[in-house]
Amino acid sequence: MGKVLMKGNEAIGEAAIRAGCLNYFAYPITPQSEVAEYLSRRMPEVGGVFLQGESEVAVSYMIFGAAGCGERIFTTSSSPGISLMSEGISYIAGAQCPAVFVNIMRGGPGLGGILPSQADYLQSTKGGGHGDYKLLVMAPASVQEAVEMVMRAFALAEKYRNPIMILGDGLIGQMMEPVEFPDHLKVEATNKDDWATNGMDTRKSKNRNLVKTMYLDPEELNAHNLKLKAKYEQMAREEILYESYNLEGDYKVLIVSYGTMSRVCRTAIDNLKENGLEVGMVRPQHLFPFPNQAILKAAEKPNCQAILSVEMCMGQMVEDVERSVQGKRPVAWYGKCGGEVPTPEEVMEEVQKLMN
Amino acid sequence: MGKTFQKPEALADTITHYCPGCTHGVAHRLVAEVIDELGIRGRTVGIGPVGCAVMMYNYFTFDFQEAAHGRAPAMATGAKRVRPDLIVFTYQGDGDLASIGLGEIVHAANRGEKFTTIFINNAVYGMTGGQMAPTTMPEQRTTTSPFGRKVADVGMPIKVAELLAALETEGYIARQTLTKPKYINRAKKAIKKAFTYQIENRCFSLVELVSTCPTNWGMTPVDAIKWAEEKMLPYYQLGEFKTPDQGQTGDSKS
Repeated sequence: MGKVLMKGNEAIGEAAIRAGCLNYFAYPITPQSEVAEYLSRRMPEVGGVFLQGESEVAVSYMIFGAAGCGERIFTTSSSPGISLMSEGISYIAGAQCPAVFVNIMRGGPGLGGILPSQADYLQSTKGGGHGDYKLLVMAPASVQEAVEMVMRAFALAEKYRNPIMILGDGLIGQMMEPVEFPDHLKVEATNKDDWATNGMDTRKSKNRNLVKTMYLDPEELNAHNLKLKAKYEQMAREEILYESYNLEGDYKVLIVSYGTMSRVCRTAIDNLKENGLEVGMVRPQHLFPFPNQAILKAAEKPNCQAILSVEMCMGQMVEDVERSVQGKRPVAWYGKCGGEVPTPEEVMEEVQKLMN
Repeated sequence: MGKTFQKPEALADTITHYCPGCTHGVAHRLVAEVIDELGIRGRTVGIGPVGCAVMMYNYFTFDFQEAAHGRAPAMATGAKRVRPDLIVFTYQGDGDLASIGLGEIVHAANRGEKFTTIFINNAVYGMTGGQMAPTTMPEQRTTTSPFGRKVADVGMPIKVAELLAALETEGYIARQTLTKPKYINRAKKAIKKAFTYQIENRCFSLVELVSTCPTNWGMTPVDAIKWAEEKMLPYYQLGEFKTPDQGQTGDSKS
């Protein structure tokens, strides 16, 4: 299949089907409702399951119930909806069930606005729900990358038996771009007989399975959390993903930015280059695990004087960037979080300020 | 003469953590007997509540999921929608179903989800230590209504069976109790009907069981049964509130 022009939200829905996920529950919320609209038509065509839940809270538990049965499942929402789903996400992570969540972020806090934002960075990467759990967080910068991340997310969810969060800003969901759906990203079915409540009759072993999160015995709960921790450490070893831009040059400033914001930064970097100022960029494609080493290495280049974290929020990523840089360079922040995407000119101006 | 009485295969051979005189054990056994009789153990998934029955999976011998407080109907919806061949049931108390999870049960019933709910109504929060539930009787003392439930302040107890029966969507909604062998037999019949409707892919089904909680009511088991009969049964009337056969021509038997 060649390239087609699709809106991000619709492409995300189609990508899940192409990856082999035929189950979707969701609740409408701007700016991601088109995923549900698209799949309400598309799932019946492919013999899949579509259900609009009564709330995001209910949807997160529908996801849990379905994932617990070993079926591939995903949902999409936007910031306030993800807050409501965070309770369920904690249970799903605790019960070690694979599931894919997509957050097409809007501005907050509270109702905030409906325009693009990246204000759920901390919620996604540091928790959101209660307890010691982590999500593998993927951050697409284009509709094509969103498609590929959605498709890869199912394999990762099953590899780690953990929920995956795809963190896109409102622009990723709303803009149209040419996309293709790579056949090789279709995810083969995996055997879940050793843990899923898929009915004893369907399994070779006649032991029953339990999908649970409660461990009242303190030693047992500690052991359970250590097991989860080991899994997140494995993610940190195996799932670092980032893109470098203009790191070969003799850059004076290093930008760290992701998602739509990083595309604006690219233009700013290109323009600054024409003006004779070299700027490099590390774009985390996975936000957890965070590419600490790559950022440190890039920051340590002799002529790099400062780091600028550019985000469509009030600097939620700065702490991670600072931790990466380990105090070896000053870290500044620039961003907006009202739904306006900073322009290349604004980014250029911020970079130039750092040079003064 | 063969065996006249045995432990259901669906019931685990273990001691429960329930208090003396609590009716959870009876309700568990009825569910297990019905699952055995219908031959569905190998494709049944139970969804446990938060409350006294949170560890109920220890007492059954088939697949189980453990829900968050009140969310069992949403989990059952998810499970049943993606695996319609499974038999899915939730087992929930009154704090779980009628308070924090009221939204989930109403919408699942209204969508006509093809799963079964066993609803234990003992007019109190059990596991957290006897706080007031939406089903607590007027003037009933609990740890959060120490002077008795004041209707002017917190309203009347919710009649879940009647509430759900009022939905237009087809369903099987019944209320029974576990206070006497006569009623226990009726309760089992209702539970069996509820599961049978699910097996036939007919409708959502719920059986409310008026139950006792001697510990949190501060009574002996015998007094608790007397209290349930005298105080609860006049308000929580027994019977079938809705069957899928209603309004359908040529199929009025059950």
